Amino acid sequence: MIKFTQVSKRYPGGYEALKNVSLEIDAGEMAFLTGHSGAGKSTLLKLIAAIERPNGGSIVVKGQNVGSLKSGALPFLRRNLGLIFQDHKLLFDRNVFDNVILPLQICGFDHRESAKRARAALDKVGLLAREKANPIALSGGEQQRLCIARAIVNRPSILLADEPTGNLDIDYANEIMSIFRSFHQVGVTLLIATHDENVLRQSDGRQLVLKHGELQS
Amino acid sequence: MSNWLIQHWLVLLFTLRRLLSTPLASLLNIAIMGIALSLPVGVYVLLQNVQGLAVQAAGTPQISVFMARDANKNEVAQTGKRLGQLDTVERIEFVPRNQALEQLKRSTGLADVIGGLKQNPLPDAYILHPKTANPNTLESLRDDLKKWPKVDHVQLDSAWARKLEALLGFVRLAVLILSVLLSVALVAITFNTIRLQILTKRNEIEVSRLIGATHAFIRRPFLYFGLVQGLLAGAAAWLIIALSLYLLNNSLAGLTQLYASNFTLHNLSAGDSLALLLFSGYLGWLGAWLSVAQHLWQIEPN
Repeated sequence: MIKFTQVSKRYPGGYEALKNVSLEIDAGEMAFLTGHSGAGKSTLLKLIAAIERPNGGSIVVKGQNVGSLKSGALPFLRRNLGLIFQDHKLLFDRNVFDNVILPLQICGFDHRESAKRARAALDKVGLLAREKANPIALSGGEQQRLCIARAIVNRPSILLADEPTGNLDIDYANEIMSIFRSFHQVGVTLLIATHDENVLRQSDGRQLVLKHGELQS
Repeated sequence: MSNWLIQHWLVLLFTLRRLLSTPLASLLNIAIMGIALSLPVGVYVLLQNVQGLAVQAAGTPQISVFMARDANKNEVAQTGKRLGQLDTVERIEFVPRNQALEQLKRSTGLADVIGGLKQNPLPDAYILHPKTANPNTLESLRDDLKKWPKVDHVQLDSAWARKLEALLGFVRLAVLILSVLLSVALVAITFNTIRLQILTKRNEIEVSRLIGATHAFIRRPFLYFGLVQGLLAGAAAWLIIALSLYLLNNSLAGLTQLYASNFTLHNLSAGDSLALLLFSGYLGWLGAWLSVAQHLWQIEPN
């Protein structure tokens, strides 16, 4: 599903975020990406979504070589991915419902069908009762769940999560992990970057450890 | 297909809501653009009106031959005969001095003044309708006629129309220059408005990119905004001109009564009005397009 072959990424200024990383994640797998902050976890996720481009090596997602995709093709790659951000990236100029329906509007979905799907996604993360609220009125855990709802609303086959439990207390974190496990059960491929010990202890997925931009075996 | 139409319809609604969400700023923008447009278009309307007048006059060149006042009936008749024999003249009209006086009394309302005159100050006159409108032929004919006996004055009526035509050509060029300059201003205003919008919508653009929005999707609301704002500016310009013409016609009514004519200024024709709207809409769209092309690529998600 996701395959890295000797990928390296150097930021302008010379900082080397990833060095010769090779890895493969199978369809339906739930894998964890761990390591200290600055180890390159976020960079690796960004490379999969083509938010950053690699300096060397190849990245293949669902059979497409991401590194060589033209910018016009990027939107269609990203529609297959559900992205969950550490800083949520919610829009505070619209309510919870409008935040979740945005990906469907972007894909040009039928309006009524979109509304149905958006409510289903909100129901899945337990926010259906708050659909009219402004995201700014939500707690940190609720904002994270809203971000998840937005990521899954167009039913992507791959979910990428960057520190989904960062800054959350244990109860909230467990809640979010149980949501992820339910996606795993229905066959979604998950790659979760986290340094949350509690999360790692409870989960039985494969752990990929990054250290100073290199993958530890 | 219908889904695609719904998408565009939603963007249009969204654009209108965005315009209404900052009513004062939108209104000022539209007013500035409308005023800028109304200047060249207003001059164009006046030009059209004056031009219509000039064409009317210039289309039928006439030569008036005024006889000397001491010419007797015989001499006048003889001159008429000679004029009738000219092969450059289509037909001639004789205006006896008495008839000319009657006409003057009727048309100017100066009956009292004229009635007080001891004798008729007007001469007998012939009006020639030449076969050709060629100004050179007409001018040489005029010079010939001037030398005839008992002919006091010869006037070529199309001369002033030709001068007016030359002047109009000059004004037309001025309108063109003004139009080009103000069109550029219009594009610049839209460019700047859209630039500010892109800056304030930075987050939305970034997030949309991250969840798979195409360039076209991100660009669409801005292009619509430019188009709608341009159309509204065109409508504003039309209103400004219509209102100005209404006021001008009101005060013109008093003026033209004095000159015994019923000249009124006509508004833009339906075709010209449509062209104004389409052109201003296009300028708005162009400004938005340039702005989007310039600024949107700078916003890359990270």
